[in-house]
Amino acid sequence: MSSDTAIAVDRLGKRYTIGAAIGTKTFRESVVETLTAPWQRFQHLAGNGRSPQFWALRGVSFTVGVGEVLGIVGPNGAGKSTLLKVLSRITPPTEGHVDLHGRVSSLLEVGTGFHPELTGRENVFLNGAILGMFRTEIRRKFDAIVAFAELEPFIDTPVKHYSSGMYVRLAFAVAAHLEPEILIVDEVLSVGDLHFRNRCLGRMEDLRNEGRTVLFVSHDLTSVRQLCTRALMLNGGQIVDDGLPDEVTRRYERLHQDASSAALGAAERVNPPPDYHLRRVELRNAADEISGRFDAGDTIAIHLWASGRAPDNSYTVEFKLFNSQDQIISFGAANPVRNTYYRADQTHFVCRLGPLPLTEGIYALSFTVRVWNAGRWDYWDRAIGFEIARCDLFKTGHGISNVHDGDFVIPQEWLAGD
Amino acid sequence: MNGSLASRTLRIEPPREWQAIDLPELWRYRELLYFFVWRDIKVRYKQTVLGAAWAIIQPLSTTLLFTVIFGVLGGMSKQVQGPYALHVFVGLLPWTFFANAVNQAANSLVGSGHLISKVYFPRILVPFASIVGGLIDFAISFAALLALMAFYGVWPTARFVVLPLFLIGTIAASAGVGLLFAALIVTYRDFRYVVGFVVQLWLYATPVLYALDIIPERWRLWYAINPMAGMIAGFRAAVLGGPWQPAVIAVSAFSALVCFVVGARYFMNVERRFADVI
Repeated sequence: MSSDTAIAVDRLGKRYTIGAAIGTKTFRESVVETLTAPWQRFQHLAGNGRSPQFWALRGVSFTVGVGEVLGIVGPNGAGKSTLLKVLSRITPPTEGHVDLHGRVSSLLEVGTGFHPELTGRENVFLNGAILGMFRTEIRRKFDAIVAFAELEPFIDTPVKHYSSGMYVRLAFAVAAHLEPEILIVDEVLSVGDLHFRNRCLGRMEDLRNEGRTVLFVSHDLTSVRQLCTRALMLNGGQIVDDGLPDEVTRRYERLHQDASSAALGAAERVNPPPDYHLRRVELRNAADEISGRFDAGDTIAIHLWASGRAPDNSYTVEFKLFNSQDQIISFGAANPVRNTYYRADQTHFVCRLGPLPLTEGIYALSFTVRVWNAGRWDYWDRAIGFEIARCDLFKTGHGISNVHDGDFVIPQEWLAGD
Repeated sequence: MNGSLASRTLRIEPPREWQAIDLPELWRYRELLYFFVWRDIKVRYKQTVLGAAWAIIQPLSTTLLFTVIFGVLGGMSKQVQGPYALHVFVGLLPWTFFANAVNQAANSLVGSGHLISKVYFPRILVPFASIVGGLIDFAISFAALLALMAFYGVWPTARFVVLPLFLIGTIAASAGVGLLFAALIVTYRDFRYVVGFVVQLWLYATPVLYALDIIPERWRLWYAINPMAGMIAGFRAAVLGGPWQPAVIAVSAFSALVCFVVGARYFMNVERRFADVI
């Protein structure tokens, strides 16, 4: 491990159990579950059940050098929060490990642990202790914290009488006086008014100029561009892009024009139309696991779910495939290809797509439901993305990327002409 | 710059099957324990009119109630040596501490759910803080005991020096039971209702209202598996005199230790899941 590495993340994975097992159970449910478990397992083996587990993070490896300010972007559900929680030790990883070299502070929100009955002064001490400061340290910085928050006259008033602005100011003032070597920070900067936001950004710039290492998760691409020296894009629990903030955020924007709606691997429709619509899409690999990452030559199983009964029988589902420059590069539809028409009561559609002749890069899919050659019922734009992580169809040992070599590899045969 | 809780190099990895309590880490976080206790006390006293007086009113009014119902109407005052009210009050001191500590520790984690999902610290500090908070109430009501003893003309003897031992046993037992329930409640919320009920029944299996002597000799060691039986009997013997019951105390002390180890073990084992389910 080189001495100028601050954070080393090695094949990190976090698996959650979904369905009834997540969240709290009552004891009764647990007993019932245990009693019915053999039947459920049987159903699962018989192919009727869905995998009850999902990887919020899988195979994530990266290192952050001392003094780097790393921005992490990605759509909702990409694994950003899970990564933060693992790095902050709030939840343990399922596999892999992380080495943190240096004192760490993590800030998933400001004002954690503030108690409304306590005064501003008391909350400064409590919150400081929760964030990892010692009493002597808080006492030493107390005046600076209060001055920073501009709350001198109210410091002995219970914070329940504070306005929300005062509350956030005090909370941020405590956080701003942490002096970590590594700061892990969530989207706390996006709360509060513009003035407050600018102060947060200013404080982050100070940290950067002091040579501290910052890992910063954000939806706000502008602040990532402004503050970070490097950016990572997470999607479907994996790193799909790593590079200069300008480039990564630009690719992110291109892939996720509505940044909150698309994901790699699986996505739920955000702001669906009121009528009949596609509500969920999943991309699954050969092992029938949700994945946003494939290799050229793989076959993707696209699973689509509709919101309910279709308006009529005999309709078709179509896809359009986009490359990373947002150009349509391919098209497919159920009925002309396989002469498949769906019935009105069918709500789950599967398309096996492949073997994929695509080069390395990121691709997106849009879906349409329509009666063939008639008006469409639903169009889900940029519903889902996926990454071709490896394209070496000619087995040369060298990947073929869509940056220089186009989007496709066409099967070819080379002969001597004479 | 000083004052960070993280050591220089920290490795985060999947938890092992059996997690031991990380004592050096707990020591590094001692100030947070202090702040949790301090917060609970501050908040309690800000929200109540009588504040610390509750620590006296609660056992005193319970004593009055028990003395009238069991002592006078139930005729139990003849079964104990000395004033029945004093007998009950001495028993209620460790009992009230135990009952409050178990109740509060058990519900403490769920009550701190927000904190647990946002910040890392050793989770065991939360139930520990409830228990330490209870010690402060114990100290206040202990002062009331001295006043009550003076009122009845009973004077402390040299036996007082062993009181801390029974207090330690009580702390161990309540921490064990409290940690066990705290961890259970995070996963199974219905244990919230179980705790209150169990503690209520437990009172009658403990020599608070009656003296240990009414338990037949041959059952007494079985009875002492209840850790609070030996602790309260010992506590009472230390304050009011009367015969020690070394065998009962030994069995209860061992039982308290087992309680603590089992509770702490279970807590540490499920601790890693807290943030995911809370």
